[in-house]
Amino acid sequence: MSRNPLVRVVPPTSWYFRHPRYLRYMAREITCIFIAAYCVLLVVGLHRLANGPEAWEGFLLALRSADSIVFHLLAMAAAFYHAATWFNATQKAMPLQIGEDFVPGNLISGAHYVAWAVLSFAVLYLAGVF
Amino acid sequence: MKERLVLLEVLRYNPDTDSEAHFQRYEVVCQEEWVVLDALNKVKADIDPTLNYRWSCHMAVCGSCGMMINGEPKLSCHAFLREYEGVIRVEPLAHFPIERDLVTAPDDFMEKLKRVKPYLIPKEQKPISEGEYKQTPAQLMKFRQYSMCINCMLCYAACPEYGLTRDFIGPAALTLAHRYNQDSRDGGRLARQEVVATHEGVWECTFVGACSEVCPAHVDPASALQQMKITSSIDWIVEHLIPGGRTEKSSASRDDAGDIA
Repeated sequence: MSRNPLVRVVPPTSWYFRHPRYLRYMAREITCIFIAAYCVLLVVGLHRLANGPEAWEGFLLALRSADSIVFHLLAMAAAFYHAATWFNATQKAMPLQIGEDFVPGNLISGAHYVAWAVLSFAVLYLAGVF
Repeated sequence: MKERLVLLEVLRYNPDTDSEAHFQRYEVVCQEEWVVLDALNKVKADIDPTLNYRWSCHMAVCGSCGMMINGEPKLSCHAFLREYEGVIRVEPLAHFPIERDLVTAPDDFMEKLKRVKPYLIPKEQKPISEGEYKQTPAQLMKFRQYSMCINCMLCYAACPEYGLTRDFIGPAALTLAHRYNQDSRDGGRLARQEVVATHEGVWECTFVGACSEVCPAHVDPASALQQMKITSSIDWIVEHLIPGGRTEKSSASRDDAGDIA
């Protein structure tokens, strides 16, 4: 028998349509674009703040536009999804062994959600929301 | 016993005559409680003796009968017909060259497995007269699940990174490196880092997580690889960012581990 192995090439731009788990992975990766965009927005805000009161007021006005509100809602949904996927993954990256047993993964991920909630409330408190 | 007519679509490839693979349909009368491997055995025995595939134990232990069943990497001895409706499409494991029909060439995996030194490299050599290398149950549990790998390569067929980047060492081999790194008797981590902490090693992994979802032995390669990313990062920080910081890597002999090549 002669060896003549057949190599099937993976399509580089459409492989993620082959299985729902790959689409979920791409959703996790793509949602980070909104987080990057929001970071850029914050940097622009700082730049406007440095340019004086008028520039800052103009920036605040732009934030209240319909386009801006739609972007913020999308960015928030993407950030929630992105954060949740990583918090759920923490139990794999940081398994905790006590004695012979491992701490249940849900506790490790759950602790991250709790820390997220506490820090979010702290930021809102410092911002004078309450 | 209840019988059922099963429609199988099996990918066929003959290296002597074909330039492309093609699907061939078989109608086969099966028992309801059979697995896909039983159906293939029935095809080979009664319908088409030219069909080629690997199998051995028929009890999800040997890891020989991995195939794509309706696009999912599965051990065909562990894929019950009752879980499928309509035509069952059977293909060779994805991401491996097809040798013939459902038989793939595992050469690349075997080569990569060797590179991670998947064997115990004793931390300290001692004469037999000093007795065994003892280990507590807690020390055993630290690596036990990673030692359950049966080398079936389903994780490679599920991993898109391996499909796209042939140099990637891949889930099972890296997980086995982690298994020995976590062993309290082992002292070979730094020798394995030569392969693990590289672009072809853990840094090619983007944490899709498919490897852990398809593993029939309930090993969690995704967890092993992320843990190795953390230890590799700590190594890098100690070596590059801490003044006077120095990993054992710079002082360890790279030949002390031996090789089976």
